[in-house]
Amino acid sequence: MRKKTYQLPLCCCRCNVGIPIADCIQIRLVIYNPKCIYYKYFWAVCLAIVLPEKGRMGNVVRRRTRGALRCSSFEVCGNMAGLELLSDQGYRLDGRKATELRKVQARMGVFAQADGSAYLEQGNTKALAVVYGPHEMRGSRSRTRHDRAVINCQYSMATFSTAERKRRPHGDRKSTEMSLHLKQTFEAAVMTQLYPRSQIDIYVKILQSDGGNYSVCVNAATLAVIDAGIPMRDYVCACTVGFVDETPLADLCYAEESGGVSSLALALLPRGGQIALLQMDARLHQDHLEALIEAAMTACKGVSKVLDEVVRQHLEEVSVLSGE
Amino acid sequence: MAADMRLPTVRKAVSLSVSAFDRKDLVVPGDVITSDTGFMRGHGTYVDEDKLTASVAGEVQRVDKLICVRPLKTRFNGEVGDVVVGRITEVQQKRWKVETNSRLDSVLLLSSVNLPGGELRRRSAEDELTMREYLQEGDLISAEVQSVFSDGALSLHTRSLKYGKLGQGVLVQLSPSLIKRQKTHFHNLPCGASIILGNNGFVWLYPTPEQQEEEAGGFYTSLEPVSLSDREVISRLRNCLLALAAHKVLLYDTSVLYCYEFSVQHQVKDILKPEVMEEIVMLTQQKLLEQEG
Repeated sequence: MRKKTYQLPLCCCRCNVGIPIADCIQIRLVIYNPKCIYYKYFWAVCLAIVLPEKGRMGNVVRRRTRGALRCSSFEVCGNMAGLELLSDQGYRLDGRKATELRKVQARMGVFAQADGSAYLEQGNTKALAVVYGPHEMRGSRSRTRHDRAVINCQYSMATFSTAERKRRPHGDRKSTEMSLHLKQTFEAAVMTQLYPRSQIDIYVKILQSDGGNYSVCVNAATLAVIDAGIPMRDYVCACTVGFVDETPLADLCYAEESGGVSSLALALLPRGGQIALLQMDARLHQDHLEALIEAAMTACKGVSKVLDEVVRQHLEEVSVLSGE
Repeated sequence: MAADMRLPTVRKAVSLSVSAFDRKDLVVPGDVITSDTGFMRGHGTYVDEDKLTASVAGEVQRVDKLICVRPLKTRFNGEVGDVVVGRITEVQQKRWKVETNSRLDSVLLLSSVNLPGGELRRRSAEDELTMREYLQEGDLISAEVQSVFSDGALSLHTRSLKYGKLGQGVLVQLSPSLIKRQKTHFHNLPCGASIILGNNGFVWLYPTPEQQEEEAGGFYTSLEPVSLSDREVISRLRNCLLALAAHKVLLYDTSVLYCYEFSVQHQVKDILKPEVMEEIVMLTQQKLLEQEG
């Protein structure tokens, strides 16, 4: 692992500093601030693009910082962010083992107004999902399908969900992409052919973001769809996995995601083992891919067990209340 | 205005009796109900590799060889003869589109309404042009399901004097599964108001009309001011309905009336407080049980 430490003022963060790293597409500048109360390790991460042919940094494309950054040191390194993501003893930053998931807690039927709703926490990532429908097509009639229902997804992040306050809660490029992914995931699982000419709306909001946003959204939305009584082939469970030191890490948190791990998001229909969506936009040697997918599937099955428990508990509570 | 503030409290866990656990008739999506091929596939199920599998979370119901799964909460699945309360969303050629909490908007044909001025009147082109005078977007109506189309959309009719446009009153939107199916869904409650319990979960509360207007054919709406006492009764009933719905009590004339009787000792606005709600609903349930047993 190549690692260089610069003593620089923060303003350099935006400058085009020449850095001799030729072999990676993405590099991250990591500012380490031990005084921060939020994490033991708190970083402000500046994602930058290195132009490989010239071997120097391009513009900073995204900056995630918190106001007061009286930081001491500035680390620039290659694919690894200069943090030990997996200790020699096999523990991760937050003390989990490699295959361990974060704690999942969920509740169904949190809103009375919507047809279905759910709240899900996975570690520190928290999401609310709401489902309306199936109902008559609203908006543009031209999207109507005469053989099946149309699924409409909207993903948004609360302005207070990240360390740096978000300006646009939804509608930016990242959210649009995420909405599209959610739509594709649920089209694979929901039996849309039963509701011709209708529309199903799935709205998901991230209330607190700590990594694995896509998978938490899918898990929350699954519960909401079940709560709405919409037929599905199976649960859809999702999980992100990363690859560090030849080991797949299940359910990445933000620290790990931003630490330059090549990660993979997988949505699975656990009983049949069908993959609803698989997404990876990092580099990984193809020999490792199979192990990574295998780890993701195991993690998804773990999530599905938790969701199953939540749904059964909810069913029993409601059926006891209604005295059936 | 003084607002009622309260601290967050721990949600009370529903006491699940031992028998409630591991109930075999509760299934979740993906559960295999049976691998026997002799059964018929009903709603809420699908066949996956010759196994009958549930696609919704709910209760399994068997009728002879037919297996269905009924979800606990769902949109309104209309059947012929159901009473519905709905809102006009669109005026089209010869038809109105009505929002009835169903998965597609319902249709009310011009030919299936009673136009003012007699039963047997031909629908002329003029009637088509003046459709918006009878019912326009946003109007509430009560109607009956006449037929169900193949795609699940409902066709409604208002060919009876009890159906038609709704005037002054309060609409409460609840889950359709909470409405108990009964012989009649129109009730004049002895507490001084009337109620339409639509099968689609829309409940209409209105002051009891003095006498039935015959000639108007269901399009007449009274704009007389409603007395304060009537309005109080209606708001109390509305809060009672919400309280009953929050505790998943089936709604029909008796349960609503009992709930109203027990709520009298509280102020109207207090009925929605969780503890008052629980007390009233508990008393109601007790009285209903006594009545049954």
